[in-house]
Amino acid sequence: MTTPKSSTAHRASVAGAKPMIECRGVQKHYGDYHALRGIDLTIRAGEFFSLLGPSGCGKTTLLRTIAGFEDISSGAVLIDGQDMEGVPANRRPTNMVFQSYAIFPHLTVAENVGFGLRRDPRSRTEKAAAVEEALEMVGLKGYGARASHALSGGQRQRVALARALILKPKVLLLDEPLSALDRKMREQMQVELIKLQRQVGITFVLVTHDQEEALVMSDRIAVMFEGQIAQLDGPEALYARPTSRRVANFIGVMNFLPARVLGETADAVQIEAPGLGRVDIPMANVSRADPGDEGPSVGFRPEAVSLIAPGAQGANRVAEGVIDEVVYYGDMTYYDVRLDGSGSFDGKARPVRIAMRNVFGREVQDVGTRANVSWSPGSLVLFR
Amino acid sequence: MKGRGLRAYALIYLLFLYAPILLLPIFAFNSGTVIAFPLRGITTEWFAQMWGNASLRRALFNSLTIAVSSSVLATCLGIFAARASTRFEFPGKGPIMGLIMLPLVLPEIIVSISLLVVLLSLGVKLSVLTVIIGHTLICMPYATVILSTAFNSLDRSLEEAAYDLGETRWSAFRLVILPLVMPGIISSLLMSFTISLDEFIIAFFLAGNEPTLPTYIFSQLRFPKQIPAIMALGTVLVLLSVVLLTIAEYFRRRGIARTGAKDTGGFL
Repeated sequence: MTTPKSSTAHRASVAGAKPMIECRGVQKHYGDYHALRGIDLTIRAGEFFSLLGPSGCGKTTLLRTIAGFEDISSGAVLIDGQDMEGVPANRRPTNMVFQSYAIFPHLTVAENVGFGLRRDPRSRTEKAAAVEEALEMVGLKGYGARASHALSGGQRQRVALARALILKPKVLLLDEPLSALDRKMREQMQVELIKLQRQVGITFVLVTHDQEEALVMSDRIAVMFEGQIAQLDGPEALYARPTSRRVANFIGVMNFLPARVLGETADAVQIEAPGLGRVDIPMANVSRADPGDEGPSVGFRPEAVSLIAPGAQGANRVAEGVIDEVVYYGDMTYYDVRLDGSGSFDGKARPVRIAMRNVFGREVQDVGTRANVSWSPGSLVLFR
Repeated sequence: MKGRGLRAYALIYLLFLYAPILLLPIFAFNSGTVIAFPLRGITTEWFAQMWGNASLRRALFNSLTIAVSSSVLATCLGIFAARASTRFEFPGKGPIMGLIMLPLVLPEIIVSISLLVVLLSLGVKLSVLTVIIGHTLICMPYATVILSTAFNSLDRSLEEAAYDLGETRWSAFRLVILPLVMPGIISSLLMSFTISLDEFIIAFFLAGNEPTLPTYIFSQLRFPKQIPAIMALGTVLVLLSVVLLTIAEYFRRRGIARTGAKDTGGFL
């Protein structure tokens, strides 16, 4: 067994790999409903790729078109360079882990795992060895003889994984595989899935509506809204530099303040925002506004800024304000702070949320206290 | 005590329903030839007489042939109907399913007469075969309902998973769906068998000269001498029905337990 590479190293190694899945202008209509509106996508060999979006965004439909369960209305899906047009699901080099796991309840664990080997020409003992190996890989060694309907959620998940991986597919498709598990189990499975993926080296395509899950596991993430890909990026880029307000809102929490564009140079845009004053936003942090937005806005993550004692000064810029609300989470405290002059544009008060890690010795501030907010221009994203 | 009247009502109701059936075995073992109390003594003579009767054996053979054939036919057709109704959407699905369920609410006498008219005008000779057709028709609603429940409790991705793992549509059905709905199939077979076995009106109209058990019993009621033997036969039939229905319910429940679905209530 190879040691799992670190995420960054793994990302670098798959970045130059050959394309494993290519979607070219994929459209899908269900009667009048336009489920996929032109998906262009390249997933590289060995990549852990996630399709992330709210329910009804078309992510599962896209996964099912790759699996071959749905025909596409137009466009093309290529797997390992081969056009999948007319190739049914049972002859595609993909296997799927279903949301419900779809464990065959009338078969034992071993019979479930070995199901796909029925047409395999290998001998019975060789197949049994392959089943045992697959079970060991997912941490279910010795479970072969058990009845599958008596398994726990996490165990069913593992059986589904072993059953799909035993066929050594080029691509493993996972449809919301962790959504039925409780939080602890989910976090544990996230780590195990990453390890497993590094170990087998198979391209994983995961569908999820859970942004945290996508951020934790993926090399790259495609955020989908209404049948289109809104942004395709690595987890850090997606979180730090969302290219639209909608993506920013879907992934984590972001504070938004209205902004006025004052000028523009080759590498920065100068803006003015209530409470923050004049700021130069580097070009890399300039994104587009969505059609529904009221003018340009500037956004920042709650943990990209910090609360410091009044009067204290840091290396960063400081804005002053009053604490409006305090929400204590144990490991974190969320403060809603009304910045002085935050209503200077239109008189609307817009408290900004600030997340502070609770470290030993730092007191939780009270509502009504004055506080200084330390921030840097590099942590702002401009949507215009 | 609260609900006492209701309890008494329920008791009387059950007594009214089942007490006459309890009389069957009592008189079947009574050595007197007259069906009346007081009882005379215990005998198994009527059972022997019943078995020695050639025309009764013929009726029994006919009834079994009809029941087996029509339950197999109704169940096979029911599988198609249940699969279509639970898995696919198609135009006219509602009316078609309604049509299948129609014999459930149509008076059997109407069904029988209509079938008789159609069969005669088609020039079909009345025989065991025509009864099989009629019984298949009236068993279809029961088979369809039982099988729809079985198919409905299946997760659709089970079939997709089998297909995804390299099976064809047919082998996915055979290896995954069929074993999982098997309890429903057995349950449907037994239910249809029971319905067919004691069906009278259709058999009476469509059998021509061939007797079935119910029509034979009816014809023998005119002869008082035969009545104890009929009682014996009735006892056997009641016993058989209870056994078959119990087996049917057992398989239905086992099917539900197996797929982990919720029990939505069956026929029993």
